Amino acid sequence: MKIIILSLVTITALFFTSCGGEKSIESQQAEDTIKENVDEVIPEKTSETSDEMTNKGIGPISSIELGEIDDALAMTGRELFKINCTACHKFGKRYIGPALAGLTDRRSPEWIMNMILNPDVMVVEDPIAKALLEEYSSPMANQQLTEDEARAIFEFIRTRN
Amino acid sequence: MKQEQSSNLLEQEINTQLNIYIMKKVFKSIFATSAIIALFASCGGPSGSNKGALSGNAAEKVYVAPGEHDSHYAFISGGFSGQLSVYGLPSGRLFRVIPVFSQDPEKGYGYNEETKPMLMTSHGFIPWGDSHHPDISQTEGTLDGRWVFINENNTPRIARISLKTFETEEIIEIPNSAGNHSSSYVTENSEYVVAGTRFAIPFPQRDMPINEMKGNFKGALSFLSIDQETGHMDIAWQIKMPGFDYDKCHPGRGASSDWFFFTTYNTEESHTLMEVNASQNDKDFIAAINWKKIEEYVANGGGTKTPAKYAHNNWDDDTHTATTTWENEVLVVDPTEIPGAFYFLPTAKSPHGCDVDPTGEYIVGSGKLAAAMTIHSFSKMIKAIENKSFDGDAYGIPIIQFEAVNYGMLTQPGLGPLHTEFDSRGNAYTTFFISSEVVKWNIKDLKIIDRHPVYYSVGHLMIPGGNSRTPDDKYMVAMNKITKDRYLPTGPEVCQSAQLFDISGEKMELLLDFPTIGEPHYAAGIAADKIEANTTKIYRLADNKHPYAVKSEAETKVVRKGNEVHIYMSMIRSHFSPDNIEGVKVGDKVFFHVTNLEQDYDVPHGISMIGANTSELLIMPGRTSTFTWNPKQVGVWPFYCTDFCSALHQEMQGYVRVSPKGSSVPITYTLDDEVPGTEEEF
Ligand code: HEC
Ligand SMILES: [Cu+2]
Repeated sequence: MKIIILSLVTITALFFTSCGGEKSIESQQAEDTIKENVDEVIPEKTSETSDEMTNKGIGPISSIELGEIDDALAMTGRELFKINCTACHKFGKRYIGPALAGLTDRRSPEWIMNMILNPDVMVVEDPIAKALLEEYSSPMANQQLTEDEARAIFEFIRTRN
Repeated sequence: MKQEQSSNLLEQEINTQLNIYIMKKVFKSIFATSAIIALFASCGGPSGSNKGALSGNAAEKVYVAPGEHDSHYAFISGGFSGQLSVYGLPSGRLFRVIPVFSQDPEKGYGYNEETKPMLMTSHGFIPWGDSHHPDISQTEGTLDGRWVFINENNTPRIARISLKTFETEEIIEIPNSAGNHSSSYVTENSEYVVAGTRFAIPFPQRDMPINEMKGNFKGALSFLSIDQETGHMDIAWQIKMPGFDYDKCHPGRGASSDWFFFTTYNTEESHTLMEVNASQNDKDFIAAINWKKIEEYVANGGGTKTPAKYAHNNWDDDTHTATTTWENEVLVVDPTEIPGAFYFLPTAKSPHGCDVDPTGEYIVGSGKLAAAMTIHSFSKMIKAIENKSFDGDAYGIPIIQFEAVNYGMLTQPGLGPLHTEFDSRGNAYTTFFISSEVVKWNIKDLKIIDRHPVYYSVGHLMIPGGNSRTPDDKYMVAMNKITKDRYLPTGPEVCQSAQLFDISGEKMELLLDFPTIGEPHYAAGIAADKIEANTTKIYRLADNKHPYAVKSEAETKVVRKGNEVHIYMSMIRSHFSPDNIEGVKVGDKVFFHVTNLEQDYDVPHGISMIGANTSELLIMPGRTSTFTWNPKQVGVWPFYCTDFCSALHQEMQGYVRVSPKGSSVPITYTLDDEVPGTEEEF
């Protein structure tokens, strides 16, 4: 929390310096870096990717069998996604939370399900989720979904990955 | 309290700290205490020691460790604040103030479009009320934790509050009533909630000389039926009683559960200088009313439908919007037409409290101005009725001979008895306003067991379930009207307060003082486990049927209708959609219909708009709420989230551009420079 507050202070300070009058070089640079971060579309696959793919996260889901994509389930998931997730996520670009394109290549199905069902614990105890919270500051919302609802959303995400 | 779980080390540390604290307090209060004792001794009142926090034992008993929960809820009326406060016992911590009869800008209650109808009455919109006697619904004489009812004294109304959501769900106005004080008590199975008038008035109202009151004014006692599924109230009937003042009332229980008992004063029917003229008679009455007989009479077509205009305000949880329904008649019952249903029991001077013990046998009248308290016996009353042991009648209602109904008197109990509650071991606890004390006495043998001073001038007291068949024997809360030197001074106006006692032993032990909101007239308490598990955590967005709700950001929009602008807005950590709005003009009436899309527990958001003549909105997850704004000045005006919701809360803000009247700037609305919902895919 301290870190977050500190960084907020710095950002706010930057805004104040840029208020009225010419932008200082420093603040212009700062803005550029902020822009760069925002523009960075999809997180690159890293060398740890394979490690990350074995992480199942923390929560009610310990294993999932994936078959062919179930279109009907994905359609249900699409509606649920629209209501519960679009205020913070887009596929093609970073929004309040990470872009969800390529999600299934960087996270295990179980991890994704646990992130949807148990985000409060994930962002505190799971190393990947913890790092994401540090980066995004805003918390991933617990939308109080059932396992079935989360599973439908996950099916929809598969169709878009 | 699960304090045993804490480690010994921690406990030791806490104890040391408490001891230091207590030691300091001891020295500080030694002077005050001796002064108080001297005071009591000098006016012949009871003496007792101001122990309480002086003993480490007491401190432990009220200590609820950080993160632990209290064992009881206490619903304490806010008196002239018009609200109902929710405290925890034994800690005395205030959790919530439920807005009921007064506007509350903190929660938008009475300011937002949805709740405004809750405060509608036949006198128009009334922004304030005087709340008095909360009472929790019962099943088989035991508190069931479904609803709490509370009366408004000034503009007679009864409210029902859900103990799932802790929100006011219904307010019904009581016609033909004034000073709605002998209210809002429920029968053993919550069949009815009762509302009696304190002031006698013309019934129906009419223009007439005040000094012709006697015999011409009446007292309306109303029985409101309660729907067992929804809790909805309706005035089932109104009894047109003689024009006395009806002060308090209580239902019978067990054998006496078909009966309701009301105290009366001003049986003199005086219309002026009441403090003298209404205190002439040595005895007033307790009115005993068999409501089952009236129910039967009414079911068989009895009573007269009489015109009366009153507001009935209902909150709909699906649309979370209140509506006012105008009722236009009540069924009026004349007591002389139902033989066997109405009796007067002579009771010592100007009784306030009218309390029935857990067995239903003893009816305790607290004669404010009498030297002794009157205890009537229900079984004697039934015998007296059989034997017709009457002493004449008052306006056709038989007066039972005093000796024929009286169980006994509690002599020299104290000065100014007001209210009695009970434990499960046959003891009664009565407050004494003038001598500032609570007295514990045994009902059967009418012997005083213990007395304890309170600081100061106690009104009512509360034992959780102490007005039911099954009292909880652990705590008693005394509610005091005056605190004087008990707290740090805050100018001329100081808080009123409650004092918590442990009543599990033979002697009452004072544990804690805590301040209250407004005037703590009365309270109802209940074990936490009867409520805690049933409380609502969030409102499901899927169930939101508010006409202006949005279910996702894609549905957010701005629509102009003549000079009305409707903003369908959403909020989620930590942005509004849309957050840039243009095309609003001076002279428009702008409606912000805002939906909180969160579905997580304890993530409300707020919204406020510069220059809005309403209040902020505080919106719970899954709910929609509306405020209006009449922009008067051209410019670009910000709005923001008022409730610190996340690390990016300070960023939760937006702008509305206001153009001059007649400007041609079209309505546009965006988020992140895009129109919400226009993207093909998300
Ligand atoms: C209030 C905004 C918000 C909502 C609503 C929200 N999320 Fe998130 N989400 C985030 C944020 C922010 C993060 C990054 C982690 C953090 O900061 O806690 C995140 C992270 C994630 C991640 C991890 C992404 C990655 O790259 O590993 C997944 C998966 C995810 N969310 C899925 C969902 C789904 C599915 C929904 C709808 C049920 C949803 N989120 C609703 C804000 C939100
Ligand atoms: Cu907010």
